[in-house]
Amino acid sequence: MHAGIKPLGGERWWLVVLLFPTMIGLLFGALGSVLATIVISLLNWDLITPPTWAGFANYTSLLSDTLFLRAMRITVLFSLAYVPGTIILSLLIALLLNRKLFGLSLFRTIYFLPTVSSAVAVGLVWSWIYGRERGLLNYLLSFVGIAPINWLGSQNALWSIVIVNIWGALGTGMVIFLAGLQAIPREYYEAGSLDGAVGWKAFRYITLPLITPSIFFQTIITTVHAFQAFEYVYVLTRTANGASNAPTLVYSIYRNGFNFFRMGTASAQAIVLALMILLLTLCYFWLERRLVVYD
Amino acid sequence: MTKPIPIVQTRSTSSIKANKLLGDIASYLLLLFGSLIMVGPFLWMISTSLKLPADQFSRSFIPDPITFSNYTRLWELLPFTRLIINSLTISVLSTVGQLLTCAMAGFCFAVIDFPYRRLLFLALLSTVMLPPQITLVPNFILFRWLGLIGTQVPLWLPAFWGGAFGTFLLRQYFLTIPFELAEAARIDGASLMAIFLRVYLPLAQPALAALAIFSFMGAWNDLLGPLIYLPTDLERTTLTVGLSLFQTQYSGRWTVMMAGALVSVLPVILLFLVAQRRFIEGIALSGVKR
Repeated sequence: MHAGIKPLGGERWWLVVLLFPTMIGLLFGALGSVLATIVISLLNWDLITPPTWAGFANYTSLLSDTLFLRAMRITVLFSLAYVPGTIILSLLIALLLNRKLFGLSLFRTIYFLPTVSSAVAVGLVWSWIYGRERGLLNYLLSFVGIAPINWLGSQNALWSIVIVNIWGALGTGMVIFLAGLQAIPREYYEAGSLDGAVGWKAFRYITLPLITPSIFFQTIITTVHAFQAFEYVYVLTRTANGASNAPTLVYSIYRNGFNFFRMGTASAQAIVLALMILLLTLCYFWLERRLVVYD
Repeated sequence: MTKPIPIVQTRSTSSIKANKLLGDIASYLLLLFGSLIMVGPFLWMISTSLKLPADQFSRSFIPDPITFSNYTRLWELLPFTRLIINSLTISVLSTVGQLLTCAMAGFCFAVIDFPYRRLLFLALLSTVMLPPQITLVPNFILFRWLGLIGTQVPLWLPAFWGGAFGTFLLRQYFLTIPFELAEAARIDGASLMAIFLRVYLPLAQPALAALAIFSFMGAWNDLLGPLIYLPTDLERTTLTVGLSLFQTQYSGRWTVMMAGALVSVLPVILLFLVAQRRFIEGIALSGVKR
């Protein structure tokens, strides 16, 4: 980082003005919010009666809260399927597009459409595709003799949601991998082909090591997104009483905080969510030192 | 001895070419199959929105007859113009807020030399890892205390507090602008603000455009925010929540619902098509450089 321009005299006030909104955000939006959430998680507060001290009761009761445990289980299972699914498929698409085919930008646009579209609007179509009685998917499957499946029932909802979420995330992953692939110098492949590294071998020994930074970055981003899954869950799996057939952790936070107004419980769950993301990120950074190759 | 060599070489290059051709064909087939899955739901959305309600379960892809009545019906069933105006207001204000505050902070971190610059930047960056859900409860309580629940203010005001992603994106772009420009302007007696407004902002248009698209789309597609802060009444909520309310109120009216879904994705898709390059460069910029 170069030294930069020094503000002179009255310009220091301009510096303060320029940085002011960001500092407010950092101080109150980030630091203040975290502290406030921690404090609220130690209270019983329904926003109507004055808050009372709860200590760690909001946390200890999570351990026996079957709804919360279910949300945890679903969030973990969701991530275990969604993260590798998104990474592998978007890498595959990027590899195909990196062959410098005709029509690359058209394909890129098409693969990107779900990413830019509102999950609610697109979720409406998916709710119909997944419909049990007249859904498009069951109709197509009937041609191969598969009996109608209740895609959004509590049995299958989780996996149906994983599919839609992967579908919606391929665009971003593809762009990041494509940028990583295009940064690999051609000479590496030319040199490699002299040693017989073509096809799978070229991928395994040249491409894969050189895009580990992109894979690493994508894994963190995708994991953070996985733990925050909400929108498709809300649109596709909400039941008549406001519960869900595949309630994720964020859905549970939303329900507790803004349907039941249990501010303490919602805050405790938000803290658990943040800690899980923090822990995983630390694990990834530990792995990065062992696995990621920077030239 | 010299004769066979060229023959062997042409053979191997031609077989490499044939391999490449086969690989290209296989790639095309895979990509086309994938494209069908990606774009299929959108095509089905369009097709259904043009069918008569009586034909909503017909499996034919081409509507017969084609009707636009679902779109007029949409405006009869819902205060649709109102919903669009609400979404537009929140999205535009959020975008303005992000552009303004992120450009201001990004310029400071990229160009100005001030104490604790590195430390503050790292502190800001670390907040990327903070899940936004952790701010939900305190923000709700704060805005409730301010008496702003039910208004649009909580949905766009936080955009004026800057943001780690936008600031990082613009800072990265500002760093690619040759620093000599700023130095030259400084020697000519330009003030800090003049360097910001006349040198850096005009040159950063691509990155500003990328951030504008990200912010607009984020606000336009947001579901959780309006669900929490706006009353579930169709006059005052946003297009996304309006659609999900429609889903529960008029379930089964798929043709009208698909028309509504299409109207709500169309603005962002058009925006994306127009500014596609900026958008994709923005993602690559935020993803590759460290």
